Amino acid sequence: MTTAAEPILQVQNLVKHFPLTQGILFQKQIGAVKAVDGVNFELTQGETLGLVGESGCGKSTVAKLLMNLERATAGQVRYKGEDISKVSGKALRSVRRNIQMVFQDPYTSLNPRMTVADIIGEPYAIHPEAAPKGSAKHRVQELLELVGLNPEHINRYPHQFSGGQRQRIGIARGLALNPEIIICDEPVSALDVSVQAQVINLMEKLQGEFGLSYVFIAHDLSIVRHISDRVAVMYLGKIVEIGTETEIYDHPTHPYTQALLSAVPVPDPAARQHRERIILTGDVPSPANPPSGCRFRTRCWKAQEICAQEEPLLQIRTGLQGHAVHASACHFAEEKDIVHSH
Amino acid sequence: MPEHDRQREQLPTSSDEQPHFGSIETPSIFLADAEGTTVEKSGAYAAPDGSGPQDKPRGAWAEAWRELSRSPRFYISGVILLLLLTMAFFPGWFTDQDPRFCPIADSNMEASSAHWFGTNQQGCDIYSRTIYGARASIIVGIATTAIIVLLGGVVGAISGYFGGWIDSVLARVTDVFFGIPLLLAALVFMSAFEERSVWTVVAALGAFGWMQIARIMRGSVITVKSADYVVAAKALGAGTRRILLRHVLPNAIAPVIVVATISLGTFIATEATLSFLGIGLPASEISWGADISSATTVIRDQPSQLFYPSLFLSVTVLSFILLGDAVRDALDPKLR
Repeated sequence: MTTAAEPILQVQNLVKHFPLTQGILFQKQIGAVKAVDGVNFELTQGETLGLVGESGCGKSTVAKLLMNLERATAGQVRYKGEDISKVSGKALRSVRRNIQMVFQDPYTSLNPRMTVADIIGEPYAIHPEAAPKGSAKHRVQELLELVGLNPEHINRYPHQFSGGQRQRIGIARGLALNPEIIICDEPVSALDVSVQAQVINLMEKLQGEFGLSYVFIAHDLSIVRHISDRVAVMYLGKIVEIGTETEIYDHPTHPYTQALLSAVPVPDPAARQHRERIILTGDVPSPANPPSGCRFRTRCWKAQEICAQEEPLLQIRTGLQGHAVHASACHFAEEKDIVHSH
Repeated sequence: MPEHDRQREQLPTSSDEQPHFGSIETPSIFLADAEGTTVEKSGAYAAPDGSGPQDKPRGAWAEAWRELSRSPRFYISGVILLLLLTMAFFPGWFTDQDPRFCPIADSNMEASSAHWFGTNQQGCDIYSRTIYGARASIIVGIATTAIIVLLGGVVGAISGYFGGWIDSVLARVTDVFFGIPLLLAALVFMSAFEERSVWTVVAALGAFGWMQIARIMRGSVITVKSADYVVAAKALGAGTRRILLRHVLPNAIAPVIVVATISLGTFIATEATLSFLGIGLPASEISWGADISSATTVIRDQPSQLFYPSLFLSVTVLSFILLGDAVRDALDPKLR
C-alpha cells in the first residue's frame, strides 16, 4: 500500500514539554516533563503508520499534538505542506475536517447523555458546511450502516450498546467529516480480544474504501503488525526505530525494539523453549530528567561510553544489509531476528 | 460463517460479540488473518428484526418523561406539590374564611366544624392561615433555589471549566461567602430593610446561599471536562459554548439538582426561622414560620397550633426532595 507519493502528513522535530511548577501564587518553573522530545515521521496517503512503545513513552501526547489538542512546544506538523501546529480559529476548524481521531476507551469517549444521532451528527452541527441542510440525519444513518450498525438505532444511547458497537460509533463519528487522516489512540486496547479483530478489520475495510491514512497508536505489537504498513517505535519521547512492518518485526536493529519483540508471546511451546528472551532491567527513567546521550542506555546491554556522551540520531546505519537498512537510533545497531529466533 | 454474520449487531444486549473465530484462541503473535477473524461484509448488522415496540425513536426529554411516568416517587410528590401550588395561588378555593379575621373572643378554640384546625391565640382560623401561608413558603423556596442554581451554577461552571487564576479568584470569593453563616447573613441583610417582603427574603437567602452549589458544580465540571467525550468534541472543533452547554453541563448537573432540591427545603425552613425570629416577613404577611413562632407560646396548652403549620412545612420540604430525586434519576440515562 505504501506509495512514493507526496506525504500527506509530515512531522518535524515535534516537541512537547509540560512545565513543572512550584508555588501557589507565584508559580515558577522548576523543570519540564519532556513527554515528546523531537519526533519526526511522515505519513503518505492511504498508509498506516503504527506507533508503539510502552506506557508513558509519549505516544498519546503525539496523538494530541497531531490533533492540536495540545500545543506543541516546538516543531512542526505539516498537513499537505502547511504547518498546522500553530493555526487557530477558522483555519483550525478546517484542519479538523481533515484530521480526526478515534479514542481508546469507547466507554468514556461517547457522551452518555446524547443519542447516537446526536453523537454522530455533532460533526455536522459544528461544521454545517459538511452536510447540506437537512441531510445530516440521513448521513448519520449511512455512517451507521457503514460501520456495521443498525441505522434504526440512531435514537439509542451509548449505554445501550456493547463495547465493540460503541467503538464503531466512535469510528463513525471520526468518519463523519470525511477526513483524510484518522489518528487512532489505542482504539482497540479497551476491547475484548475477539472484538478487537472485528474493529481492526472494519478499520482496514474503511481504509480501503476511503483511502484513509491512519496513525495507529498501540502497545499491542501483534495488532500493530497486522494493520500497519510502517511502524515507529517510541521510547521516552523519541522514535528509536522506524521502518516498514517487515523491517521492524523481522529485522529489528535497535536493542529496545528487540527487547519489545522478545516479549511477544509465542504460540508454539516448542519454539518458545528455544527463543531468546531479552529481559530489561530497571525502570523507565523519568521523562523530566532523561539520561544523557542515548535515552535507552540505562537499560541497554550494549551500552558503552559513547552512548552516554553522544545522542544517536535516527538515521540509516552503515554496515547493515537487506531489510535491516532502515532508520535506527542506536550507535550499535545490529540486526537480530527475535521473532523467528528458534 | 454466515450464521455468525447474522448474529452480530442485533440488539446491543444480545451476545453479539462472542468469540467465534478459532484462530485467535491460541494466542498467536499476529492477529489472525481476515478470513478467520471477522465479518466486514455488507449487511453485517441484522435486519431490523429485534426492534420490538420499545424501539421507537424517542427524544431525550420524551425518554425522561417516560421514565418519570413510571416512578411512584414522582406521582406522590407531584400530586402533593400540585396541591400546594394550587393552594399558594388560589387559596380561596380551599377555604372561604378570611385568615386575617381574628375575633379575640374566639381565642384558642379547639377544632370544630367551623374551625377545622381550631383557632390561635388571636382567634384567627388556623386552617385558613395554614392554607394562605403556603404562598410565602413556596415562593421563597422556588425563587431562592432558582437564584442559587443560576448563580452558584454559573460561578462553579466557570471556575471549574476554565481553571487557573479565574478558578483561584472565584474559589476565594466562594470561601469568603462560605465563612458567613446563612442565618446570620440573612438576619443582617433583612434588618437593613425597613420594608420587607417575600422578595427581600429571597434576595437575602439567594445572595448567601449559592456557595454549596458553586462548589459542587465546580467539582462536577472538573470531573467531566477531562472526559474523553469532551476531548472528542474539542477534536471535532466544537466551541467553548457548545462544549459547556452540550457536553459538560448535562453531565455535571445531576448532583446540583439533588443538592438544589434539598436546599429548597432548607430555604423554606430558613424563611420560617427568620419569620420565627421576627425579622422575616412582616406581620401582615401570613407564613408558616410566623405561625409556628406564635404557636410556641401556647405549645403546652394547645400543641395543635404548632402541629398544623409544621406538618405542612415538612410535607412540602419532603415533596420537593422526592421530586428532585425522581427527576435526577429520570435525567440520567445510565440509571435507566
